[in-house]
Amino acid sequence: MNVRPPMKKLKVATTSLSGCFGCHMSLLDIDERLLELAKLVEFDRSPITDIKTCGPCDIALIEGAVCNSENVHVLRELRRNCKMLVAVGACAITGGLPAQRNQRDVGEILQRCYVDMPGAQGRVPDDPELPLLLDKVYPINEIVRVDYFIPGCPPSGDALWKYLTDLIGGRMPRLDYQSFRFD
Amino acid sequence: MTETSETTDSILAPIIAHYGGDPGNLLQILRDAQEALDWLSPETQGAVARRLDIPVTRVAAVVRFYTHLYDTPRGKYRVLFSHNITDRMAGSPALMAHMLKRLKLKRGVVSDDGLVSVGKTSCTGMCDQGPALLVNNRAITRLTPRRIDEICDLIRARAPLANWPAHYFRVEDNIERADMLLGSAYAPGEALRAAIACGPTGMMAEMRKSNLRGRGGAGFTTAVKWEACRDAKGDERYIVCNADEGEPGTFKDRVLMQSFSERVFEGMAIAGYVTGARKGFVYLRGEYSYLRAPLEAKLSEMRRNRLLGMSICGVPGFDFDIVIHMGAGAYVCGEETALIESLEGKPGLPRIRPPFPVICGYNNQPTVVNNVETLCKVTEVAIHGGLAYAGTGTRQSAGTKIISVSGDVERPGLYEYPFGVRVSQVLDDAGAYDAVAVQISGAAGQCLTPQEFGRRIAFEDVPTSGSFMVFGNTRDLFEAALNYSHFFEHESCGFCTPCRVGTALVARIMEKIHSGHGARYEFNELTRLHQLISTSSHCGLGATATNALQDIMTKFPTVFDRRLIKRDFEPGFDLDAALARAREVSNRDDANAHLAEGVDA
Amino acid sequence: MTDIPNSFNLDGEPIPFEPGQTILQAALNSGHFIPHLCAHPEFKPHGSCKLCIVVVNDRTGASCTMKALPGLEVQSDTPDLNHRRRTLLQMLFVEGNHFCPGCEKSGNCQLQALAYDLEMFNDHFTHFFQPREVDASHPDFFLDRNRCIMCELCVRASRDLDGKTVFGLAGRGRDLHLVVNSASGKLGDSAFAKTDRAARVCPVGAILPKEVGFAKPIGERKYDETPISQLAFTCDWEG
Repeated sequence: MNVRPPMKKLKVATTSLSGCFGCHMSLLDIDERLLELAKLVEFDRSPITDIKTCGPCDIALIEGAVCNSENVHVLRELRRNCKMLVAVGACAITGGLPAQRNQRDVGEILQRCYVDMPGAQGRVPDDPELPLLLDKVYPINEIVRVDYFIPGCPPSGDALWKYLTDLIGGRMPRLDYQSFRFD
Repeated sequence: MTETSETTDSILAPIIAHYGGDPGNLLQILRDAQEALDWLSPETQGAVARRLDIPVTRVAAVVRFYTHLYDTPRGKYRVLFSHNITDRMAGSPALMAHMLKRLKLKRGVVSDDGLVSVGKTSCTGMCDQGPALLVNNRAITRLTPRRIDEICDLIRARAPLANWPAHYFRVEDNIERADMLLGSAYAPGEALRAAIACGPTGMMAEMRKSNLRGRGGAGFTTAVKWEACRDAKGDERYIVCNADEGEPGTFKDRVLMQSFSERVFEGMAIAGYVTGARKGFVYLRGEYSYLRAPLEAKLSEMRRNRLLGMSICGVPGFDFDIVIHMGAGAYVCGEETALIESLEGKPGLPRIRPPFPVICGYNNQPTVVNNVETLCKVTEVAIHGGLAYAGTGTRQSAGTKIISVSGDVERPGLYEYPFGVRVSQVLDDAGAYDAVAVQISGAAGQCLTPQEFGRRIAFEDVPTSGSFMVFGNTRDLFEAALNYSHFFEHESCGFCTPCRVGTALVARIMEKIHSGHGARYEFNELTRLHQLISTSSHCGLGATATNALQDIMTKFPTVFDRRLIKRDFEPGFDLDAALARAREVSNRDDANAHLAEGVDA
Repeated sequence: MTDIPNSFNLDGEPIPFEPGQTILQAALNSGHFIPHLCAHPEFKPHGSCKLCIVVVNDRTGASCTMKALPGLEVQSDTPDLNHRRRTLLQMLFVEGNHFCPGCEKSGNCQLQALAYDLEMFNDHFTHFFQPREVDASHPDFFLDRNRCIMCELCVRASRDLDGKTVFGLAGRGRDLHLVVNSASGKLGDSAFAKTDRAARVCPVGAILPKEVGFAKPIGERKYDETPISQLAFTCDWEG
């Protein structure tokens, strides 16, 4: 697909909150189109660049759900600095598989994992460095305003490419039927 | 199957026998069983299913549908505060808090000794004498902190309800303005004899001339209903009196059933005479259980006087009798097809219409469902004739209308006027000196601004089922809107998607705004949901569930504006509180164990 | 108004019908798709999901319960109606716990297929995340209420075709949930059998056979390549 390079390269940030990095792997799955993408955008904060804090950006691609306090901080940072927030994949959009813990009380879960299970360490970790778990796992649009959504678990490389090039090209992003997946 | 204990069985056997072992009486059977057993355990439900030879799922469906049936123990004394906005304005929340404190209880949680539980319930129809509560289905009105103290003492002393002071349970009529119906003398049998003198066809002609329209709110012409039922194919026909007065702020039918019941019953008998129905049902809301015994006594008296039963007034072949069915806490049963389902002993789920009840109603037979007040008006048509009846009121709205007035007025109660009365006159008469809004026809109706107080009560202008909830200038209409949203979330039957999920979403968004997390986004969401729920729902409940909310949003913009304080979207809950449980189990309270509010935090 | 008797217009196209048919039945019979979930050709109209809403002479109604009448002007495939349907789907998604990536029904699920077809990019509303009971007591089938959309197809199939009344809905409003007719309330103690019609009627993944999960790879499942709006006429109704 040909996309006219914008006047100035768009700045893009990406992050994985509570996700499996599958969506980021899909981004790498666009294969040689990565080179084309690199002509269109410049990556800011992202596991790809290893930049840890986010500057002013045009687009943020967010994988993963919000399950702890650190996720909240990162999500807010991206919302603050990016013009467009894109939820990428099932976890960011619906909570995904991590949200299956929402059926249970988070205190009970911690207690079971760290105290009651055979071989557990006997107490719930209390290091102040550790992010604290929220009562539930939330889709990102229940925490901040989100502008766009790319479904899939993960969305395929093709789906990501189509969606992103639509977005960068200023078109209303759409996916063809075969790329529209919740799994 | 679980073995049923002998005690349960010995309690159930006579109840089920009393109802002829008919599964159609399931709701009545379960009500009586609970009366005796305090709650309906899985064991009890299984035993009822076995004895009636029906699937236990059917019993469970009924138990779980009606708010006043319990499948968990709720205590010997089950106290429910009326949660209507007028009760709240009269101080109900503080009184409930007071009772909970005195009894050392949490709302909805049974005391450790299994003695008592305290909760909330939808409008109990005592708005003119609130705040009110129900204790084991009995209404207590005019609550004060002192009375709450006394009630707590009686409960702690385990005093049987029968020994509580009788004046607690007194329910006043509060008729403040009487006209044709509430103000006229009445000789028992007069209306029936007048109808008989006309003959069935003649009486139907009088009904047509009268242009009497249904008083439940929709305003369907009564004669058309009766004719359709009379002419429909069927083995039996039925007349149903809809006394499931659940619309918040409405209590006129309670007074009519309490003090004018012979007119209601005669109206039903006349309907039977004209349509050929031989059996009638009164579907009385569970909140009015206290009326049952006097109504049964009235029915017996009328049977003795040959105003009911076989050969009424000595006319051979004019047989008509009436059975009272009790509801058990479900607003949707006011919808006529849901009411019929409930009469048949099922959950009150509205049917697909058409066919309409006049063609296919109770037991799939032609059935007329009329409001209590409508049936009273039938007696006026019989006595005075159709033309005379049509002489009062307006062109499209003949006769008088009873209005239940409550809220910020000096004299709450019933006001009867000829149709066409201006809203402002009702307000003046009731002593509403600082009204900034009037909610007409309950939570499903419209909310009028002072600019609209010149409008008239009539089907051609402001139609109403007959309630005015008045809000004075110190009231926050957001509280009313929030109250309505909770009401509909609670009362949605759950059958269709837009109403089941939509009313729950509306309530969540309203709570979000209420807790200070609202932005313009939430306001727009409410508008969008209103558009979907009101057009796509299965029945009238969903179709009207967001009317009042929408009225308040559009006619009283400042009510919302001052609460939409957030510039940008934020979560509908307190993020820091969402960490509380993890803080607790990890014994942390350091700075990192907290989250501040707002995107920039 | 069209002059052809027993015909109405659906989005401007004439649709013939047999007297007594509903708008949905007539439309499907003539190869015109109207989205639906609780409607099924083997059962009487139900009208609860409201996905099949149409506008007839300016009034919205469920096409599965509205009788076809000569000359009706019916709108179905309009941006406004599809937007409302998308919203209804979003409501069903946030009400239950639909974790498509981990569901064996994914790819064969009608709820998901409609969401694809109507381009539902997200669930939009706040999720309820309400705990719902899973019942694995039956040797051949399990019951996952997280995915139930209250369409009552299993209730109707068990009652009307199997003659067993294994299922029922109980509760009110948001409390509505599937119940099983047995003393324990468990599927394993009920009369349910894997040969029941009710075992194969669920449009979502609430009633599924054990030991056959993910039988087909992604790409070969029912709705992977072809939208439900095209498949509705060529394939059987069973998942």
